[in-house]
Amino acid sequence: MPAPLFLTNARLIDPATGYDGPGALKVSGGLIEEIVKGASPAPGPESSDGAVIDCGGAVLAPGIVDMRVFVGEPGARHRESFRSAGEAAAAGGITTFVAQPETDPPLDDPALVQFALARAREVSPVRVHAMGALTKGLKGAEMTEQQFLLDAGAVALTDGDHAIADARVMRACMAYAAALDTLIVHHPQEPALSRGACATSGEFASRLGLPSVPAIAERIMLERDLALVESTGARYHADMLSTAGALAPLARAREAGLKVTAGVSIHHLTLNEFDIADYRSFFKLAPPLRAETDREAVVAALAEGLIDVIVSSHLPWDEEAKRLPFEEAATGAVGLETFLPACLRLVHDGRLSLVRLFECAALNPARILGLPGGRLTPGAPADLVLFDPDAPFVLDRETLRSRSKNTPFDRTRMQGRVRGAWVAGKRIFAE
Amino acid sequence: MFAHRHLLGIEQLSAPDISQILDLADSYVALNRQRDKRTEKLRGLTQINLFFESSTRTQISFELAGKRLGADVMNMAMQASSMRKGETLIDTALTLNAMHPDLLVVRHHSSGAVALLAEKVNCAVLNAGDGRHEHPTQALLDALTIRRRKGRLQRLTIAICGDIANSRVARSNILCLNKMENRVRVIAPPTLLPAGIERFGVEVFTDMKAGLKDCDVVMMLRIQNERLTGAAIPSTREYFHRWGLTAEKLAVAKDDAIVMHPGPMNRGVEIDAEVADDITRSVIQEQVEMGVAVRMAVLDLLAGNLGGDA
Repeated sequence: MPAPLFLTNARLIDPATGYDGPGALKVSGGLIEEIVKGASPAPGPESSDGAVIDCGGAVLAPGIVDMRVFVGEPGARHRESFRSAGEAAAAGGITTFVAQPETDPPLDDPALVQFALARAREVSPVRVHAMGALTKGLKGAEMTEQQFLLDAGAVALTDGDHAIADARVMRACMAYAAALDTLIVHHPQEPALSRGACATSGEFASRLGLPSVPAIAERIMLERDLALVESTGARYHADMLSTAGALAPLARAREAGLKVTAGVSIHHLTLNEFDIADYRSFFKLAPPLRAETDREAVVAALAEGLIDVIVSSHLPWDEEAKRLPFEEAATGAVGLETFLPACLRLVHDGRLSLVRLFECAALNPARILGLPGGRLTPGAPADLVLFDPDAPFVLDRETLRSRSKNTPFDRTRMQGRVRGAWVAGKRIFAE
Repeated sequence: MFAHRHLLGIEQLSAPDISQILDLADSYVALNRQRDKRTEKLRGLTQINLFFESSTRTQISFELAGKRLGADVMNMAMQASSMRKGETLIDTALTLNAMHPDLLVVRHHSSGAVALLAEKVNCAVLNAGDGRHEHPTQALLDALTIRRRKGRLQRLTIAICGDIANSRVARSNILCLNKMENRVRVIAPPTLLPAGIERFGVEVFTDMKAGLKDCDVVMMLRIQNERLTGAAIPSTREYFHRWGLTAEKLAVAKDDAIVMHPGPMNRGVEIDAEVADDITRSVIQEQVEMGVAVRMAVLDLLAGNLGGDA
């Protein structure tokens, strides 16, 4: 058994207990062994047989758990491999991520889930899980083998960006999932309304002359899903909510005691529709960026606890796919390495405490997925991130470790640098 | 001196910019009516008309404008070109740029595509229509037509009728006419009005007679039958019944109201033949004439900003 590791002189953030204060951690056997709260003196005598890292007052928190990451394996390794995604995640303080099934071929077969997880285990420095497809070929018509996908290691089932239009199919998926306690993750966008759209309907999209989707497309699909959850008893997670109109039905479902959780992407928390001015294709996202009033509403919902999870919604694209007129350009942005500094904008703006941030970025996703991480609790895995929340920098997209550089934050001033990351007590990133 | 390197949209122009273009265009109208129509203003310059979406009228108008100014004009119909296969717009721009054109006239089916191209080339770029975004020379030729007919381009009440949602002509005209301090109305079925239109500085009507009342100018837009029938309007005959311009509906406008249309017209869909062909009201042929003059003015002004030895 390797010698224990002592992380001292840190500002600990533990979302499980709400602790934000000075302290130290002892790590051994890949797990957190002990937490010492309060200003710690030099490490005790028993520490002489282990390594000591003086955190210099930086923030030590549970490693981030990112529920929504696209990796191009199999099928699009030039966009992102498990190795490059893992290295980008490590540098961003993300110690666990969940790969989406929208690969080529999609992860709709147990063997493909096993293949992806085996590849990831081989090359990724961070923990990787995968969601299986909810319907065959992500076509929204036939159910996949839910039990076999779960047995192969899938942590949840989803069709990713593909919303399931057919209510009969969704109802069957949910009813079946309820018996297996499968978590169903869905992207609530009414597909007929959003077909071909690349902006949110309103004055701004109309001035730009872009095909647009009304914001209610999200609410319409969410309300349908919630009605199905009510009738089937399924466990349901809305992967990315971005509009004010979707929040009231979500709150009603919560009050009614339905097993419903919801996420939001960091881009929809920090950017709005005006960012697509000048037709900058790096800001073309799905769902499209929303009005500022919507952004405000989802930030408030996140702070109040109505929205549970923040995801990076990491979606890498090569240069060719983005060097096109806005309407024709690919949809999505990379997010692993900018996730934490972007989240810290909300902290610096006073909208979110660090404890709440790590609830939404570590503890809640771990709980929803049934994973042991996301907390600083003795016995929990020693998956950790050490960062300086104030350190300023200007992002240069060429420095990103991801194979694709399509970030909306290029040349943006940001605050918050990751100093180190550990998975199972092993250091996987050091600045 | 003209303060712009490209003409990408009306949005970037000020009211004095617009007046400057129209004043110069007036002189070209006179020139175009002479027997010898040729000047040597653009001698030695190369103008490429790059059309990713076919449009015979606009292309011919730009071609004639360039030729009358003495430029070497080349037309590239990108729909038929092998260059289009698998090549991105930016690659096309870089390829053309290497051939040192001076003026690039571009029409593209995607909003913002012309501005994207302009970032990648060294020459002056003229937007000949990008997606549903802007069609600035159409708005300028409409403005010139109105100014010549009405003797002014301000304090007029102008109704734009038809497919506002999908029309770049409507967007550019709303911007242009508002900048010149006119009162702009739009009239359309709700399915052909873009979201947020009420914040464009226009009065919005869904009833023709209410919207046309006391107008000085009536601008009709083309209805794209194939695309809209069933999706945005039930049928062309019902559209004509409610929103088609007839002599009866036009009667509520001012007695001297003029009727405009960017062409090509669908007689019996958005406009009744009787109105379209009424030479006392319809200025549709005059718009075509003004088109050449306005495009000459814009080419001339942009050429004046090209470097000495590019």
